Amino acid sequence: MEMPILETKGLKKYFKTPRGNLHAVDDINISIPKGHTLGVVGESGCGKSTLGRVILRLIEATDGEVLFEGDNILKYNIQQMDAMRRKLQIIFQDPFASLNPRLSVSEIIADPIRTNKLLKNRKEIEERVVELMQTVGLSERFINAYPHELDGGRRQRIGVARALALDPKFIVCDEPVSALDVSIQAQILNLMMDLQEERDLTYLFITHDMSVVKHISSQVMVMYMGQCVEIAPTDELFEQPMHPYSQALLSAIPVPQLRHDRKKRQLIRGEITSPINPKPGCRFAPRCPYASEKCTGESIPLTERSTGHFVSCVL
Amino acid sequence: MSHLLEIKDLHVTYRGDEAKVYAVNGLDLTLDSGQTLGLVGETGAGKTTTALSIMRLLPERIGIIEKGQITLDGYDITQASDADMRVLRGSLVSMIFQDPMTSLNPIRRVGEQVAEVLELHQKNLSKEDIDKKVDEIFQLVGLPVERKIEYPHQFSGGMRQRIVIAIALACQPKLLLADEPTTALDVTIQAQVLDLMQELKEKLDTATILITHDLGVVAETCDQVAIMYAGEIIEIGTAEDIFEGKDHHPYTTGLFGSIPDLSKKERRLHPIEGMMPDPTNLPSGCKFHTRCPHATAICQQQEPPFIKNGTQGICCHLFADAAGNRGSQEDK
Repeated sequence: MEMPILETKGLKKYFKTPRGNLHAVDDINISIPKGHTLGVVGESGCGKSTLGRVILRLIEATDGEVLFEGDNILKYNIQQMDAMRRKLQIIFQDPFASLNPRLSVSEIIADPIRTNKLLKNRKEIEERVVELMQTVGLSERFINAYPHELDGGRRQRIGVARALALDPKFIVCDEPVSALDVSIQAQILNLMMDLQEERDLTYLFITHDMSVVKHISSQVMVMYMGQCVEIAPTDELFEQPMHPYSQALLSAIPVPQLRHDRKKRQLIRGEITSPINPKPGCRFAPRCPYASEKCTGESIPLTERSTGHFVSCVL
Repeated sequence: MSHLLEIKDLHVTYRGDEAKVYAVNGLDLTLDSGQTLGLVGETGAGKTTTALSIMRLLPERIGIIEKGQITLDGYDITQASDADMRVLRGSLVSMIFQDPMTSLNPIRRVGEQVAEVLELHQKNLSKEDIDKKVDEIFQLVGLPVERKIEYPHQFSGGMRQRIVIAIALACQPKLLLADEPTTALDVTIQAQVLDLMQELKEKLDTATILITHDLGVVAETCDQVAIMYAGEIIEIGTAEDIFEGKDHHPYTTGLFGSIPDLSKKERRLHPIEGMMPDPTNLPSGCKFHTRCPHATAICQQQEPPFIKNGTQGICCHLFADAAGNRGSQEDK
């Protein structure tokens, strides 16, 4: 396998709270080869967004390493990191909140170019903005529009254009289509896949929507309470989910087809427990239908069940 | 037999600062007891406006029912006085909103909030009776009775939505309007809430209109499906018609093409090009013609007829030709 462009080793982020440490990201090891997409799925509060932000150093990690092209960027000083940020970008979930309402479309897209002093000449900057707008399928007539004049799909295109402005190599996509209608969602997903092919981009794609992840990822990681419970090549995970939580997640998705047999879904009981000072052992055990005494006591390591398919479960 | 809910030629507009917004444009709908209708469409299709019209909760002086009739269990909703509506709301028809965080009162105990509905609508009940009923309702929706003295912020999202459902069902309304009841919830919790609604429907024989943009949710819960676009129902039928029938409105086909399909390996999606039209300035003829791959000259000029074929109805010129003549369109 080719050398991964991004790797994390034992990455941890604990937030201090009055009641103890909140384990938002707990010992995550991933490795994404260039031009591929790792999908990160899980329910709200499982730490998937924190993971994306810790990788970009928008939040400082508690422990562990983030290797970009083999170099640990967590050790970088501010100047080194500033230079590095050009290669690492992020697209946010909410295209309404992530754009400055007082800047016009061209100012928003040009902002990273100006900040990094990539181009100085005004005309050059404008040309670059127009080019970026074309790339993401935004009509040039919106160049002087303000975000409130545009709908969600177009706003998200601005978010994509802004992320592309510095020609990054790696983009964290934090639920980029969750706030959009299905027909618009499909347009943006297609756009992101096209861009990936054209520019050999690498994505960390964070979402709670299993069907979106299936389309865009080559590899999927399922997170539960800060930990990776299963990681596998996409097709393999969807055909043979092994962790009971992955199975439950998959069976909970409403499928747009009638089920004549009306098979009872495998529902998991209860809700996510508190991630503050979690007990050792499997964190999913309180909700797991197969839980036994083997699941508590000590932590359960990820084991490789078949090539590239890791599961953390005693079953 | 008369229907529980009958909407005839409903037109709703909003007064905007600059222009009139045409939110619902000639909507016809019927629903019987015990049925679940899925009202599907994108943001701005007029789904929520339709539900608010039935509740008569359109923003005062801004949202206006211009034309049409809504009959619910024999009452003419459009003509009812505000006082009458206050009686009907909660007892005959109730609504579940999308966001359980904002639809509960943060400074009142959840038990009191359920009891409030009973106090308002069933005045003959004693305090003890109401207490007993609240406990029953809590059990019905799967909430631990001892938690009724807690406040909304102490509950998780799924639990809060159960409280909202408990409030909506407290007086056993005949019609329940659920506006994206699970959109704010995680999938595993969504599955729990959907199962609960299904179970309650069977127990109480409540008719439900489920507003959603998620065709997966519709497939799991609804018997009838109506697809809305730009304030009109462009296709309606039984769940079998919509999910398994072969004739569809091009917009319906587009909607299905946009959904990432778990069972297929194909990577590219087939979205509908373009966007929803501006509701202050709707296109002439068929409102979908600007995005429709099959649009012809007639689509720009004439509003398409509503073609009824068995249980299914499609509003499209394509099927007018197939039906042979325009005489087969439904009489309104």
